[in-house]
Amino acid sequence: MVGKAPPPAYPEGMEAIRVESLVKRYKETLAVDHLSFTLEHGKILGLLGGNGAGKTTTISMLLGLLVPTSGRITVLGHDMAKHRFAALARMNFSSPYISLPARLSVRENLEVYGHLYNVPGLKMRINALAERFRLTTLLDRLAGELSAGQKTRVALAKSFLNQPEILLLDEPTASLDPDMGDYVRTALEDYRAETGASILLASHNMAEVERLCDQVLMMKQGRVADRGTPAELVARYGREDMEEVFLHIARSEAL
Amino acid sequence: MNGAARRIWGLVYRHVCMYRRSWPRLAEIAYWPTLELLIWGFTANFFSRDLHGNSPILAGTALIAGVLLWEIVLRAQIGVTLSFMEEIWSRNLGHLFVSPLRPAEMVLGLLAVSVIRTCIGLLPATIIAFLLYHYDLFAPGPVMVLFFLNLLVMGWWVALGIVSLLFRYGAGAEALAWTIAFGITPVACVFYPLASLPDWLQPVAQALPAAHIFEGLRALLLRGQTDWSQLATAAWLNAAWMLAGIAVFGMEFRRARIRGALISIGE
Repeated sequence: MVGKAPPPAYPEGMEAIRVESLVKRYKETLAVDHLSFTLEHGKILGLLGGNGAGKTTTISMLLGLLVPTSGRITVLGHDMAKHRFAALARMNFSSPYISLPARLSVRENLEVYGHLYNVPGLKMRINALAERFRLTTLLDRLAGELSAGQKTRVALAKSFLNQPEILLLDEPTASLDPDMGDYVRTALEDYRAETGASILLASHNMAEVERLCDQVLMMKQGRVADRGTPAELVARYGREDMEEVFLHIARSEAL
Repeated sequence: MNGAARRIWGLVYRHVCMYRRSWPRLAEIAYWPTLELLIWGFTANFFSRDLHGNSPILAGTALIAGVLLWEIVLRAQIGVTLSFMEEIWSRNLGHLFVSPLRPAEMVLGLLAVSVIRTCIGLLPATIIAFLLYHYDLFAPGPVMVLFFLNLLVMGWWVALGIVSLLFRYGAGAEALAWTIAFGITPVACVFYPLASLPDWLQPVAQALPAAHIFEGLRALLLRGQTDWSQLATAAWLNAAWMLAGIAVFGMEFRRARIRGALISIGE
């Protein structure tokens, strides 16, 4: 197992991420419209919304890939407009839509990112992560030869390399079979319990959201359509589950 | 239009659509023939009219030296831009840019790769030049290191300019990576002296370090003189162009973060 260190003792309610009145405008298109939310330390926040709701734009701004038009993002106490690299060293990101170099082996890819994140004891760390994500037999295979599900697991292993205090995960179980999807969800729960990490999870898998997320932020047209715990949202809309809540909000005219 | 013709037209139409949306690809079609004509036209002029009493054998030696040394610029430039494009092609830039890797560190990494690639790329050519043409690139002595360094730096600032264009125009501009440095060749005065160029083109050549480097190289090979003023001018020009390259890179990187181009650069 990895990440045996006790969770950092963050005061109750302290924020890992604070987003204040975030706006991103591309010419005439308002992709994110005065979005505000916080992610508390040790919590998992689900960022939900249909295609074009502004989730990817929001995650890109949280990662410093995209400069907001206005508003403020604070990650682990660092203002992302001024000190993003200090925050980036303490967080990580995984998305099945961004690849790792195909002509490098899985081990070489993890070594590259281990160096970029200045990971101590890299060899041991890679072996431990390979065990956690069932990659041991794949370590010396070229990344380009892997199946979509195997690539997703490698990307997750990469995102755990620096024992991040914040994980931003975009569809972390996309392309995984139900067994491996469940395995990864358990790995995320274990990691959070072991390290006290905070996780921002963008997912279209509502069962996954119900299982993992402490809070959910529903986005629509760049704005917050609703927020709450999965149970609160299900109760508020009088639905059976989050799948129905999602459909209700996505299809309703009102924001 | 029968079935076969329609299918053939479908394939042609696919390329027509691509070319009409990509001016770098369109320009490239006419680019290479024009470039070859300019380079070999000026070279032929030099050999047929402007040898100025230099022995054709020595001029030939300078020609081989020019070919080898100009490759330093080309390999250095391609070493940086190809390494950057590898990240675009593998859709890995998103991971890199959300790591703690600073843009300056990324540039230094790319420059280091370009040095390695240049050394590996030039080693066989240097050995072949010695074995086949009895030309020893290092015969003039340690001063050659200054020529190498100047050419390496020139390749780097050209590469920074190209990477900046990739930030601005995305992967559609990747043809520029292969064409820009070659495009400079006619005014770099690699194979012929500055005087072989038309008067109106000479100021353009003089603004580039390459013209001064190769003028200095010819002075060394043809007359055995080290022209320090040409080397110094090349170094100053390289410093100025490198600063400009860094400034443009920084500006385009910031713009790319505003436009969201770092997310979609491979598309």
